[in-house]
Amino acid sequence: MEKDFTQVKGRIFDIQKYSIHDGPGIRTIIFLKGCVLRCKWCCNPESQEYEIQTMEVQGKQKIIGRDVTVEEVMKEIMKDMPYYRRSGGGVTLSGGEALCQPEFAVALLKTCQEYGIHTAIESTGMADFHVIDQYLPYLDLYLMDIKHINSKKHEEYTSRPNQLILENARKIAESGTNLIIRVPVIPTFNHRAEEINDIANYAKTLPGVKELHLLPYHRLGQDKYEGLGREYELSHIEPLSNEYMEELSKVVRSSGLQCQIGG
Amino acid sequence: MEHNDIEIKKSLRINKLIEDLYANMPEIEADRAYLLTESYRQTEDEPIIMRRARAFEHILNNIPITIRDQELIVGSATISPRGCQVFPEFSYSWLEGEFDTIATRSSDPFYISEDTKNILKDVFKYWKGRTTSELATTYMAPETKMAMEHNIFTPGNYFYNGVGHVTVCYEKILKIGFEGIINEVKKALSKLKVSDMDYVKRNEFLQSVLISCQAAIDYANRYAKLAVEEAKKCNDKTRKEELMLIAHNCSRVPAQGAATFYEACQSFWFVQMLLQVESSGHSISPGRFDQYMFPYYEADIKSGKITKEFAIELMDCIWVKLNDLNKARDAASAEGFAGYSLFQNLIAGGQNKDGVDVTNELSYMCIEASMHVMLPQPSLSVRVWNGTPHEFLIKAAKLTRTGIGLPAYYNDEVIIPGLVNRGLTLADAREYNIIGCVEPQKAGKTEGWHDAAFFNMLRPLELVFSNGIDQGKQISIETGDVEKMTSFEEFFEAYQKQMNYMIGLMVNADNAIDVAHGERCPLPFLSSMIEDCIGRGKSVQEGGAVYNFTGPQGFGIANMTDSLYAIKKLVFEDRKVTLAEFKHALEVNFGKGIDSAAAEEITKEVASNLLKQGKQVTEQEIRDIYTSVLSGGISKEEQERLNYILDLISELPKYGNDVTEVDMFAREVAYTYSKPLETFRNPRGGQYQAGLYPVSANVPLGAQTGATPDGRFAFTPIADGVSPASGRDTNGPTAAANSVAKLDHYIASNGTLFNQKFHPSALSGVRGLENFISLIRAFFDQKGSHMQFNVVSRDTLIDAQNHPENYKNLVVRVAGYSALFTSLSRSLQDDIIARTEQGF
Repeated sequence: MEKDFTQVKGRIFDIQKYSIHDGPGIRTIIFLKGCVLRCKWCCNPESQEYEIQTMEVQGKQKIIGRDVTVEEVMKEIMKDMPYYRRSGGGVTLSGGEALCQPEFAVALLKTCQEYGIHTAIESTGMADFHVIDQYLPYLDLYLMDIKHINSKKHEEYTSRPNQLILENARKIAESGTNLIIRVPVIPTFNHRAEEINDIANYAKTLPGVKELHLLPYHRLGQDKYEGLGREYELSHIEPLSNEYMEELSKVVRSSGLQCQIGG
Repeated sequence: MEHNDIEIKKSLRINKLIEDLYANMPEIEADRAYLLTESYRQTEDEPIIMRRARAFEHILNNIPITIRDQELIVGSATISPRGCQVFPEFSYSWLEGEFDTIATRSSDPFYISEDTKNILKDVFKYWKGRTTSELATTYMAPETKMAMEHNIFTPGNYFYNGVGHVTVCYEKILKIGFEGIINEVKKALSKLKVSDMDYVKRNEFLQSVLISCQAAIDYANRYAKLAVEEAKKCNDKTRKEELMLIAHNCSRVPAQGAATFYEACQSFWFVQMLLQVESSGHSISPGRFDQYMFPYYEADIKSGKITKEFAIELMDCIWVKLNDLNKARDAASAEGFAGYSLFQNLIAGGQNKDGVDVTNELSYMCIEASMHVMLPQPSLSVRVWNGTPHEFLIKAAKLTRTGIGLPAYYNDEVIIPGLVNRGLTLADAREYNIIGCVEPQKAGKTEGWHDAAFFNMLRPLELVFSNGIDQGKQISIETGDVEKMTSFEEFFEAYQKQMNYMIGLMVNADNAIDVAHGERCPLPFLSSMIEDCIGRGKSVQEGGAVYNFTGPQGFGIANMTDSLYAIKKLVFEDRKVTLAEFKHALEVNFGKGIDSAAAEEITKEVASNLLKQGKQVTEQEIRDIYTSVLSGGISKEEQERLNYILDLISELPKYGNDVTEVDMFAREVAYTYSKPLETFRNPRGGQYQAGLYPVSANVPLGAQTGATPDGRFAFTPIADGVSPASGRDTNGPTAAANSVAKLDHYIASNGTLFNQKFHPSALSGVRGLENFISLIRAFFDQKGSHMQFNVVSRDTLIDAQNHPENYKNLVVRVAGYSALFTSLSRSLQDDIIARTEQGF
């Protein structure tokens, strides 16, 4: 008998309703715990460790992470069905890195699809492709980060080189999955026009990819580092101006891709 | 209909009109009160309905009139912009008491000159013992008055003022003018026989309507004359022509039917302002302006008589004029209705009587006009149903995005069946509009008495804990010692009993006031435009309207739900806290300290308990109790236990987070108010129906309410409308909306109010608008009734608190209406800032 995949367990740290920046329409985002990368700017540092941990939030210790079944998560997801229907929205898996918990994530996506809910993943693409390949049949949209074309710099800021990511991007694109490339624009890391241009030019070569989103750097995660007793290494950098972001979006557009600032 | 969303530039005239309107603090004027009293003194031995008509006529013949610079639509109730007249026939002593403080009070200050004070002092002498308010008081049962003194409910609105809260049949005046009405009345008169059993009253009523309609015609002719005089003096050629056209319009309407869109606008305006000269009632709502004005607009556009630009300039002028009308309330009411608001609700879109969507070009232009003037009036509303054009909602959402708090969104799919359930025909229900904040009714046929009282649902809960005693006095029935209750059902039943008893007293209060209005202030001018007054030969106040209701509003659903849920869970299921402990925790406000007034109250209660137990209490002991109460008088161990209880409460799921168990509980809580209420009838033969909204009274009335079992501290604001308690909805806007949608909105047919606050970023771009509309649509799919939004950043509001001078025009949504932020009291400002900001 086939395993009852609604009982598969996974580890999440948040469910966010009325999310309107990670895929089309009104969406519910499921944040899975655990990530392969350690991006210095990460605005969800509590997502990086797979282990359940505590973080100080407004003077109180808060437990981050809980184990849930697909069925339990679906119950929350289903509550906003009327909003998905009206807006063409759905569910987005985020993290951490949703590729780190394939059994749970795939079971969740599969269940969503059975209910006719639009599915998306927001992902670093950092996993063996045979893992990603399990997700693709159940994904309507893949939102994938490409953070830098220079592998050395990539490694310096994210802890890992980028070859696997770039290869996976191509394979995902070739699979026919609807793929949008996203670039978190981080001052001092990848904010220069040539750096963005390099990414856009790479994205342009991916079959079927038409859109690239530039995500402006923000500091909303900074307090969390303190709450976790960690140092925030980028405390010296300032968010970029809207005008500057507009300039970058022109760079992207000149490569022939559509560009949007923000998710 | 792609042409509908073209943005039209605002004419420079509108800026000038607005600038002049807000140049000074609004002023109180004495002319109406003086003329009214002069007339009353001469009509002592006439029937009341004739005295009202004669007074109206005397006022309109003699009150000073003015045409403001650059106006295209004329007719002002006061000489000073945004000024207000006085209505001593309803009540006056509060104003006399506030002569020296009204200019400096925190909510809605008014300037009043020494001359005006002197005239009014003299006028007021006449009114002692003659007001509706005094008569109503004598009609109320003693236990009702006691409940009011103890702030269980407050019928303040109609107790001290006219009723208003009506939409007349504007359409009819536009079509046949007051001359047409006069003909109708004459016909009715000709059918009367002096031998008819009701001849006397019918005849007097119809005569009074004749006088009132003629007075309105004569008043317009005074404006026609004034316009000619001013035109003669005017050197500017363009303005001279404008004044001559104004003169022409005023000589034709509202006497005759309107021949052009411009005349229709002027005719509408005379009706709108004169209703507010006859009586001080607020929420005189224009209703479906886009529908009854459309034929005139369409004809003039087709024949090329006007351009779209000019049409919207006229509408902008009306929009500005709606802000020119004003009303002074007593200091306490001013906090409850803060923001100089008159709640003139104007609604666009929706269906016709046959169920066909009739959103038209004017519907879009109504939104455009609100974008042009960016003022709190009219209270703009839009009707939404499955057939509402998407681009109409996009247009509406663009207005929402400006942060002005307009429009409010209403769900046809709930309101129409809700009204049918109250006895309206389907055709009438389909043509509903909104009165004031959120109250639906059929225009020109209804005396709805919406907004008839505020009922604080938390106070009966306090009475359960005190066994009917408040401040040492037995003000309600005994429902038993709370400590001895052994099941939640028993506790809940005690709450229902306290509710039922107090609802009955509120009905007594409202009916007493209702009768007093019928006897002392029937309104013949208003009655001329409400079906079937002429047919029945009686005024609206005596039951002349086709549909009669009384709609007092309950509030505190969120706090009551969380409170009852806490008791059910912590006392009876988990058995972690006893009712005795809860009782004590509430008395000492969870140990969080209290102010001197509250300490006094508690001292009284403790002393009276001691006396009841047969103990002697000396003055010294009372002083000791007071000191110990004030200082908290709570040991460290006790405080730790209280904090533990607070922690237990805060860990419970709360209303507003889409937790089905809690939300279905909220539905039951709402029923404790709405179900008993609908069993009562009013003196006009109509039914009571519940509303669930607080205007802005949740702040001042919260200040009269002790701590509650949901962990709400004493004297802090109560949650507004059916919205979740401030800061407790932590799962975002869809979860909050899902919770609210689980209430039974059909039965709360006097309206429910759901406030959400958004950061502007949530509505940015086309996608932001699309998602915002989807949120409304999906909430309405689940049968929510109303939704309104504050879209303004927290930083902006805090900056406005600190630098009010920079934010004179900042409009925010308060609760069912928009108001100038800087005119609100500090505590209400804080409340608005504290409401969860739905950012994301």
